[in-house]
Amino acid sequence: MTPSAESRAVPRSLLRRVFTTDHHAIGLGYLALAFVAVVAGTLMSLVMRVHLVWPDRLIPLHGPVTPEEYLALVTLHGTLMLFFVLTTAPQSGFGNLILPSQIGAREMAFPVLNALGLWTTVAALIVLLASSFVEGGAAISGWTAYPPLSAIASAGPGQGLGLDLWLASIAIFGVGSLFGAVNTLATIVAKRCDGMTWERMPLTVWAWFTAALLSLIAFSVLLAALMLLFCDRHAGTSFFLPTGDLVNGTLHTGGNGSPLLWLHLFWFFGHPEVYIAILPGMGLTSMILANFARRRVFAYRTMIVTTLLIGLLGILVWGHHMFVAGLNPFVGSAFAISTMAIALPSAAKVISWLATVWRSRPSYPTPMLFALGFVSLFVAGGLTGPILAQPILDQYLHNTYFVVAHFHLIMAMAGIFGLYAATYYWFPILTRTASMPNGRLLSETLGKWHFWTTFLGAYATFLPMHIAGLAGEPRHYAQFIGIPNAAAQHLIDGAMGMQRHITYSAIFLISAQMLFVVNLLVSWRRGELAGENPWEATTSEWHRPASNEWIAVYRAPCIYIQHSGNESGGEVFLPQWVPERKPE
Amino acid sequence: MPATITPLDTDRTRRRNPEDGDHGGGKRPPTDKRTGGGGDGDNWNDRPQGRRGPRERLDRYRLGIFFALAGDLMFFVAIVSCFFVTQSSGHFDANARYINEWLPTVIPPILWLNTAVIVVSSITMEIGRRRMFREIDVMEEWLGLGNPTTKSAMPWIAVTAILGVLFLVGQWVAWRQLHLQHVFMASNPSSHFFFLITGIHGAHLVLGVAALIAALAGLYLSRSIATRQIIVDCAAWYWHSMGVFWLFLFSLLTCFQ
Ligand code: HEM
Ligand SMILES: [Cu+2]
Repeated sequence: MTPSAESRAVPRSLLRRVFTTDHHAIGLGYLALAFVAVVAGTLMSLVMRVHLVWPDRLIPLHGPVTPEEYLALVTLHGTLMLFFVLTTAPQSGFGNLILPSQIGAREMAFPVLNALGLWTTVAALIVLLASSFVEGGAAISGWTAYPPLSAIASAGPGQGLGLDLWLASIAIFGVGSLFGAVNTLATIVAKRCDGMTWERMPLTVWAWFTAALLSLIAFSVLLAALMLLFCDRHAGTSFFLPTGDLVNGTLHTGGNGSPLLWLHLFWFFGHPEVYIAILPGMGLTSMILANFARRRVFAYRTMIVTTLLIGLLGILVWGHHMFVAGLNPFVGSAFAISTMAIALPSAAKVISWLATVWRSRPSYPTPMLFALGFVSLFVAGGLTGPILAQPILDQYLHNTYFVVAHFHLIMAMAGIFGLYAATYYWFPILTRTASMPNGRLLSETLGKWHFWTTFLGAYATFLPMHIAGLAGEPRHYAQFIGIPNAAAQHLIDGAMGMQRHITYSAIFLISAQMLFVVNLLVSWRRGELAGENPWEATTSEWHRPASNEWIAVYRAPCIYIQHSGNESGGEVFLPQWVPERKPE
Repeated sequence: MPATITPLDTDRTRRRNPEDGDHGGGKRPPTDKRTGGGGDGDNWNDRPQGRRGPRERLDRYRLGIFFALAGDLMFFVAIVSCFFVTQSSGHFDANARYINEWLPTVIPPILWLNTAVIVVSSITMEIGRRRMFREIDVMEEWLGLGNPTTKSAMPWIAVTAILGVLFLVGQWVAWRQLHLQHVFMASNPSSHFFFLITGIHGAHLVLGVAALIAALAGLYLSRSIATRQIIVDCAAWYWHSMGVFWLFLFSLLTCFQ
């Protein structure tokens, strides 16, 4: 090679490594992005909690928190966590890392589109974070961006350029998610290996499949909604602007629109979105419970059906977010019924999880603990769902801390527990390299500490919010002190002790995550080397086929046989990729 | 590809262990012939005649474009729903009178011409697409005897692109005519939707024309017949969908104002 050619080759290979189309690297890229987002979002929640109970406290390097800054923090926190963590990490991150090998494919269907999806998502995150540095700061209208406040730039400090950037960021994110969804769907339909029938697909794959279908439907509608809102802001239209609205001292007379239309569009997206966030965790929980209980997943087929049913019903329940927004009461009843209906497949999932582990004498490594924690949090958070789904009760509970408690337990905490279960379980695959093909394990000791402290912290933080909500404490309030109405102030004062407890618990919960960060940093370099199939799993992400090997799958996942007739009395497990049973 | 030589059916055990408890429930053999391969090209022998080999890649890209178009359909469905909601909603003024500000936008007649253009463009596109799959031509190319598919498809695709540009110009003329009548996007709920729908559809067609130009470039540059087929095929499905979307949107704008 001539010297000039060599010097040209170096940057190109570097570029190649950054803009790689390898699904493993792209998956890690998504996880890194989600990690940045979760750290930022968590720090914001810390500032919010501290400000709520000690409003005079100065934040280091910043000073006092003004009400509009509080609202900007709420908006950024919600947007980061929901979009950039809970949508990105389970679906795109672990989806890319694990999905192809679980269906016996070597690559995703469209590697270049895949890489494009990652870099679009990165761009979206940069735009979102940049919005807090422009004039007026970040948007203050929450992750739901209700008009008319979000349609009028003068509505608040962040509603000018800040909200425009928010819209841009979410639109870019939506496009990236659509790329990812198309890729996931085509991969699952077209690239399954020989013998991987639909019924043999692991439940994680079913979950990714359903979530990708939901993404396709939901994000398309969200893009339409964002575009209409953008036109309302900049093209003089009034899709969402009602007549005669008094905003920040100015009367807006033009317009024949309806804010309710935005709510319909947004929640048509928003409810499927929360299922996109949770479905992969549900699938993984089923697989992990079965693996460590050495049992088949209870009612495997029914679990496939419930996954799809949750996806289908998830599209039909959006109105339960709008009971008090001026929805026709009859429509409200219809949505109440469809919402109750979705509790049925959800309950079927819980029954399957419990039946899978029931009297099974499982082993309890950290991934199993987090999967059990997922079940616990899902039940605890799910119980309040049917309460909120009743329009009459929701009249009182809407926009109180009760709702905050509901969705933090069922979505935020359960979702994070799903992610932790995935990280502890699949860490050997994350750390796989050419020279160390089996990867490393996270430390079990630190992991156990991490689990119990997080579990305790999660309940200590979010259970009391139910009580605060029942006491009538509203959400989205920057502070609970200095309320003009004396009776209202008295009401709020009564719950201040509870609020302080919540803040202490939140600080405890956040600090406990340091255990995970330390574990991650140490184990990435120096963790115990994993075996070829460290959890004795049956699904084929643990199979490392040679480059010329013909990949095939021979049976359903989670097949374990207890040998009673065998003199050794041992147990045999049959990985999907092993052709024949070993001779006994 | 028809000329592909089929490997022999490899011998695989189809015996099933009763303890396996496969969820086939005994009704189905343990291997499913409809699944693809772990990567393109392997185990073609498990696929029915005509769906083997390079066809797999084409199928995969088609799947991708269909899923993407399904998402796009939802996008338009959302906008059309908003059209109906806005059309049927009004408000009360200070004197408690119900006001609905919807003033139907009169469709500039040139849109009929544009519609004809886009229909014709879909036909030319389909002819071009079919040229890429003519079996005799493909076979010749497969054997290295020139590139007859590309030669016969290219003019049709070029014509489609030109018709597409014509359509876009026509839409722009329609906008100009409305502007001359002082109908702007901001004028009225109905005009909001008129400009929004034509604009968004136009943006999709700009992408479509870009895809056609890319397909032409691809036809010129790519050596592999399979790749060329894929480019033309995907561009064609996209183009047809935009045509069908336009027919729906156009009937919405003319008949449902
Ligand atoms: C048993 C099934 C469930 C039912 C019946 C249910 C019901 C509800 C209802 C009625 C609300 C609206 C409360 C209000 O705003 O006043 C709500 C809010 C919410 N739910 Fe659920 N839910 C269920 C499961 C879930 C799941 C599985 C997730 C996420 C994984 C979730 C995430 C949320 C979120 C994020 C909100 C609040 C959105 C916001 O206002 O910002 N829910 N739920
Ligand atoms: Cu919901």
